[in-house]
Amino acid sequence: MLKISNVSKGFNGKLVLEDLSLELEPDETIVILGPSGCGKTTLLNMISGMEKPDAGHIEFNELTVDSPSTQIAFILQDFGLLPWKTVLNNVALGLKIKGVAKKERTEIARRQLKDLGLQGREKDYPPVLSGGEKQRVAIARAYASDPKLLLMDEPFSSLDAITRENLQDTLLSTWKTTSVPYLLVTHSVEEAVFLGKRILLLSGSPSRITGVFLNEDFGRPDFRQTDAYFRLIRTIRKQMGESW
Amino acid sequence: MKQIKKILIPYSLTICIFYFLWKALALALTREVLPHPEDAVGAFILSLATMDFWGHFVASGFRALMAMVIAWVLAFPLGIAMGASRRVDALISPFVFMTYPVPKVVLLPVILMIFGLGDLSKILIISLILGYQVLVAVRDGVRGVHPQYLNSIRSLGANRFQLFLEGYIPAALPHGFTALRLNSGVSIAVLFFVESFATLTGLGYLIMDAWGRMDFDQMFVGILGMSLLGVVLNESANILEKIVCPWFLQQRK
Ligand SMILES: Nc1ncnc2c1ncn2[C@@H]1O[C@H](COP(=O)(O)OP(=O)(O)OP(=O)(O)O)[C@@H](O)[C@H]1O
Ligand SMILES: [Mg+2]
Repeated sequence: MLKISNVSKGFNGKLVLEDLSLELEPDETIVILGPSGCGKTTLLNMISGMEKPDAGHIEFNELTVDSPSTQIAFILQDFGLLPWKTVLNNVALGLKIKGVAKKERTEIARRQLKDLGLQGREKDYPPVLSGGEKQRVAIARAYASDPKLLLMDEPFSSLDAITRENLQDTLLSTWKTTSVPYLLVTHSVEEAVFLGKRILLLSGSPSRITGVFLNEDFGRPDFRQTDAYFRLIRTIRKQMGESW
Repeated sequence: MKQIKKILIPYSLTICIFYFLWKALALALTREVLPHPEDAVGAFILSLATMDFWGHFVASGFRALMAMVIAWVLAFPLGIAMGASRRVDALISPFVFMTYPVPKVVLLPVILMIFGLGDLSKILIISLILGYQVLVAVRDGVRGVHPQYLNSIRSLGANRFQLFLEGYIPAALPHGFTALRLNSGVSIAVLFFVESFATLTGLGYLIMDAWGRMDFDQMFVGILGMSLLGVVLNESANILEKIVCPWFLQQRK
């Protein structure tokens, strides 16, 4: 459904991403691992339509992506919740922009917040929330406008280990019920292995895809305790040591 | 209730301290230059029952309020446009920053010649002074909005109009209100100045007229009246800010 063909992008004459191709299937999840500054955010910006590639082509459901649309939800690095809107209005914002009537969008936003265990916080403003709560609001907002693809830029990187694993579980179970495919960017190998059906390594200067790992046991119950989980982590670490 | 307490306590404390200082000064200046605070306040309270006082108060209040409204209506949108668009900013900001240090009050004769001696000129000069402050505060405020917030709105598919509605405008509001509030004192000062000539209404006139007649009690009625007007304007801007920018309330907790 998402098709990226031979995309290159640079800033101020310096190439950041070179000749990158990748396809995402409707029932899939992809996690991209890469060092800081390798162009992960840049790639997501282009997929979301916020930036244009210098060369190459991005297609979503057979249509060229050239501007942001409500089909693709984007959870930004550092949340991107608006401090001047209540939690409820933040979640409903995508629907408001889409033109959904107030009563309906409020109802959807309330339900979405409830699903993520945030009922009772509707009237709060983001600055008083904890990091984990903010992130759950951001997830609620992403799902509220019923997207066909979810992009996430290091969504859990500023959280403590426990909150982080809880939210990873939340994300995975949400994926299982909604089956909205996602493309997630992270620095953490553990997170990549837990959340990615396919894991891509992005590195080099300019960056290319330097490794592809199929995660056959992805989504199994208690996956974090299995040998397969640790084996894949070790394999990826080894490859990273060679290519970074 | 809590809100009222928060306003009342500092005010009553200020009034107490002010009373003692005034009393001490009045005792020191033995001549009839400075009336004792209870005489002045007594005269003020008595005048509160007269239509005459309220006529002046409303005339001054109207001028100050109109000036604030005009300043806001012109400067707020322009400040947002300058903050949001580099092109608009490049066009307008050289002019704004070159004229910024000019004390606008000296333009009063020019305004008087163009718009006459009436209320319009009095209002416009205050608008000009206030408008500059609002313009610069809003422009800088909008420039300082974290790009992540704007990206987040854009990523939801917002068009340019929606980006202003959900992003730039709410981000700019507190800056505009703060400028308005901080400069309400300046507008009262200028109001006093422009009411001291070519008018028979307003608290400024009341003060100057009483002074000329050496009627010091009446003069202090005018002075206290202007102070009251200052407080009312400042608190209205404050309350309006709290209503329009509720997120500021929770953040400050
Ligand atoms: N708008 C821009 N203008 C100029 N350079 C940019 C811009 N956006 C990104 N870059 C540059 O492109 C490179 C990749 O940036 P990007 O934000 O995509 O990295 P990243 O992989 O997301 O890093 P991190 O893991 O630290 O978030 C960096 O060197 C950055 O300086
Ligand atoms: Mg990044």
